[in-house]
Amino acid sequence: MTGDASIADRRITVGILRYRPEQDEAPVVQSYEIPYVDDMSVLQALQYIKDHIDGTLSFRWSCRMAICGSCGMMINGKPQLACQTILRAGNQLPLRIEPLLHFPIERDLVVTVSDFVSKIESISPFIIPKYPRTLAEGEYLQTPTELTRFENFSDCINCMLCYAACPQFGENPDFLGPGALALLQRYNGDSRDGGQAERMKLVHTENGAWSCTAVGYCSEVCPKHVDPANAVNQNKTNSALDFFLRFLPGRGTIERSA
Amino acid sequence: MRRPYLRPIDRHWWAKPPYLAYTLREATGIAIAAYALVLMAGVICLALGRSAYDAWLGFIASPLSLALHVIFLVAMVFHVWTWFAIMPKTMPRLIVGGRYVEPQLITRAGIAVAALASLGLLLVARWVLP
Amino acid sequence: MKRSISPIFWLMFGAGGMLAALFGPALVIITGLAVPTGLGFSPTSMDYAHAIGFARHPLGKLVLLVVISLFAWHGAERIYLTLKDMHLGPKHLLAWLSYGSAGAVTFMTATALLAIGL
Repeated sequence: MTGDASIADRRITVGILRYRPEQDEAPVVQSYEIPYVDDMSVLQALQYIKDHIDGTLSFRWSCRMAICGSCGMMINGKPQLACQTILRAGNQLPLRIEPLLHFPIERDLVVTVSDFVSKIESISPFIIPKYPRTLAEGEYLQTPTELTRFENFSDCINCMLCYAACPQFGENPDFLGPGALALLQRYNGDSRDGGQAERMKLVHTENGAWSCTAVGYCSEVCPKHVDPANAVNQNKTNSALDFFLRFLPGRGTIERSA
Repeated sequence: MRRPYLRPIDRHWWAKPPYLAYTLREATGIAIAAYALVLMAGVICLALGRSAYDAWLGFIASPLSLALHVIFLVAMVFHVWTWFAIMPKTMPRLIVGGRYVEPQLITRAGIAVAALASLGLLLVARWVLP
Repeated sequence: MKRSISPIFWLMFGAGGMLAALFGPALVIITGLAVPTGLGFSPTSMDYAHAIGFARHPLGKLVLLVVISLFAWHGAERIYLTLKDMHLGPKHLLAWLSYGSAGAVTFMTATALLAIGL
């Protein structure tokens, strides 16, 4: 597809929700007609528009191979990565592209990510050692089984599709959300980590695990099979058990990754 | 200049795909609660005496009640199905013999156990009841 | 950081849901379909004499209270969350109505069972 528009004798209409704060009161749909080949991705369609039709169109992208997490947007009503969505694959035409749901729009398809970044930072996203270790003690040893317990949660590329999918985040923007809670479980479930009690304090709150109603759509849209729904809901179990068992003497916070 | 625009959420998201399936799943709770109310009515009528309880029995035998309980049964079966579909999400990854246990396996095992449990109760009731 | 009290209701929702998943279909069949129509069961199994005998027994009381109460709490949690999703009222009102109803069901059932005596 790249560059050679003359090859394509088919054309499609792409409707994009535009928003330019300096001139628009509210977002408005703008349509573009572009040449079309079967194996075009939505990202390539956007790049064609920006390169040949309308240079003012703004959107985030980088790797174009579903690993950087930049190009998340609503494509025909579903949160998807633009680079990974191929036009041939059953998408209805005309194509309708909107910025990720539930986030404030900065411009066109670019949404505000600072709130999400704060949430990621708030869950202590680093190994908190169980006890002080010296370099002389050498590396941590971890079995494949121990790795399997949290590995999928570490695959998150911070694309925020799960937040666009989550209706409870849409209702309550203070909800920590699937991505942050998946990252939380990535650390709580890591055998090297000793910071479960600290992170569970966030889980126990109304904006922690308890805003989730197990819709499960977050895990469906995740391009990396992180399964954030599992991260959140297994922490409901942890949090609920801890709610009652915390009064037992000598009991720390329950973390059932083992 | 920055002037972030937050689109208002769709107030009817719960009635549309992909969330409609979730709402229907949650609606099985209504049937479960309604069945509890029917049973509670029976217990209260039992406490009130023979004539009150006979009235409840009359209702239970009525076509309306039978239709209602068919709806309850459909809802219960749908509940079994969706309950064990979501149950693996509330558990940490199960690792047996060094290998990850797929959630579908847990779901199928749960449904099998539920089928056995209900069947078992039916047989026990058949045996115990006069 | 303020803990949520949701765990209380979630655990009861879970217990009720598991009970309903394991025994719900059989219970509905027995009490609502098979016995009233006499299909596979004698229609007199639930008559006054047998019912009062069951409800007088401590285990019978326990079964009735646990089933009715947990089913009610399970339903209450789901109804509360669904009504909240539907924006049918302020969430504290919806919570009081839903959980309050389940509490009322539990209280009324326990009272009736106590009144039935031994």
